[in-house]
Amino acid sequence: MGEVLVLVLRSRRFMIGAILFLAVLCFGVIGPRVTDRNPFQMVGGLFNPPSEKAILGTDNLGRDVFTQLMYGTGTSLLIGFVAGVVATGIGVTIGAVAGFKGGLVDELLMGITNVLITIPAIVVLILLSIAIRSRSAVVMGVIIGITSWPWTARAVRAQTSSLRTREHVDLARISGYTTAELIVKEILPYMFSYIFMAFILQFSAGITNEATLSMLGLGPYQTVSLGVMLHWALLWEAVRTGAWWAFLPPVVFLAVASFSLMLINAGLDEVFNPRLRKS
Amino acid sequence: MAFFLAVSLNFFLPRLIPGNPVKVLVSQMATGGVQSDALARIYDNYMREFGLDQPLHIQFLRYFANLFRGDLGTSFMLYPGKVSNLIREALPWTVALQVPTILVGWIIGNVLGAACAYKGGKFDAIAFTSALAVSNIPYYCLAIILLYALAVSNPIFPVGGGYSFGSYPELSLSFLLDALHHYTLPFLSLTVVAIGGQAIGMREMALYELTTDYVHYSKALGLSDKKVIRYVFRNAMLPQITGLAISFGTMMGGALVTETVFSYPGIGSLLFTAIRQTDYPLIQGCTLIITVAVLLANFLVDIAYGFIDPRIRAAQLGER
Repeated sequence: MGEVLVLVLRSRRFMIGAILFLAVLCFGVIGPRVTDRNPFQMVGGLFNPPSEKAILGTDNLGRDVFTQLMYGTGTSLLIGFVAGVVATGIGVTIGAVAGFKGGLVDELLMGITNVLITIPAIVVLILLSIAIRSRSAVVMGVIIGITSWPWTARAVRAQTSSLRTREHVDLARISGYTTAELIVKEILPYMFSYIFMAFILQFSAGITNEATLSMLGLGPYQTVSLGVMLHWALLWEAVRTGAWWAFLPPVVFLAVASFSLMLINAGLDEVFNPRLRKS
Repeated sequence: MAFFLAVSLNFFLPRLIPGNPVKVLVSQMATGGVQSDALARIYDNYMREFGLDQPLHIQFLRYFANLFRGDLGTSFMLYPGKVSNLIREALPWTVALQVPTILVGWIIGNVLGAACAYKGGKFDAIAFTSALAVSNIPYYCLAIILLYALAVSNPIFPVGGGYSFGSYPELSLSFLLDALHHYTLPFLSLTVVAIGGQAIGMREMALYELTTDYVHYSKALGLSDKKVIRYVFRNAMLPQITGLAISFGTMMGGALVTETVFSYPGIGSLLFTAIRQTDYPLIQGCTLIITVAVLLANFLVDIAYGFIDPRIRAAQLGER
């Protein structure tokens, strides 16, 4: 463990990614708690340029962009996080069970997974989103999570079925472990690094998916997210009228959030996969 | 199988929405001060027109039957416009944007990725990190930045649309040039992201191939670098073709939103309006066409794979 930590800290990609991500996280989590402004409160007119009263100007309804940005970043990260947890949870469960059990269970679970992979997730996301009336941030995270697990499931299955034949698993089996115990205690710990990396990827994809849905007008209700801000900016022609303060900040934050997660992932990849570590 | 499931989802999910879309439609008319019994008649008429007076399983069968005749129903928003006509108008624009983007992005991305893996060092560090950056910021982020930089603050390209106001689609040189001028920015923003994604995948595959025995062997034999990299490239290529099929689904979402950024007259913009107007038949039509397109693309790649991979080709011809 100590050795891994040293490698992680030495990885430049990981460190840059982690610092960027922590900065975004602090902004989105602490920001809304210290500001006394409400993201829906009007503080000026239509697309006021940045001024002392509003550091990043105002949006189409005269609301403070900077306040929205803090709340929006928080919401987007929350949705991405929930999506990541749900997707990784379902994916690991299905993948581990299929890989460990093998046979008919495997065929069935992987059959379902492969069918779901071919249906574009964005379509299911759109249909689910219009079917669900009250979309809170958490509900949206869950919806995104349930549509993006198949990749994780497939990869986890491949890993599990190769781990299954190891001796320590056989030993535990003779000692009378149940299937669930075997998977949790003897299989999953060996894939921990892999699962964690899958979670980071799903987290990042969750943030992007939220933005895609929100920009199409299927965002969470009564909350601001980065995607919702972009949706308003597009609908009110902020780009064409040159109101850069209304769309550039959410774009930059989206980009930084997902890019920093990818850097973390690439850094971890170098650590756990010695082949990628070049002298 | 996947197709059937997709169609079923497409049918049932929107029907889970509480409330009756026809009621909403009729109540929108009611603001015009129409008499109530007239309203009731309009309501009945619409219910029959959209087939909503039938039990669910009949609706489903009918939906299926209509699909095979290419009938996707009637749009709420542009009543009595047919959904299939709206889609037919939008589809060529989307195809014209997506197919070249994917192909160009794939080819350049693969060459770049292989070069990264082979050269290593500084070139790799710079190219890989920038590929990581562009491929992971969402498509439309780049689109918005490009639109702002090259159309709004420096008006080199038009701010949106598929062609200029006042002109209409026809087969003339001036129209084509005009359309191409509008096409540049959406094309550029999609291609750059696609290049990044493919380059990362190719780099990883090529790195793996470079450590294999045949590479060491050919190097030990003293083969030229050029020859070795050609072998590596061809071997790393195969998984990349599968990767191409996989990326269709994910690329679709980003491409749809990119269209709305540029108000490009394709399926994405149509879907955007449909969602805003809660036009369920039109939304269903769009999602269906997207699904079909992705499944079709997957199918084509599978066939192409059979031709390209000599092992499969041999198996199919009954050799070996």
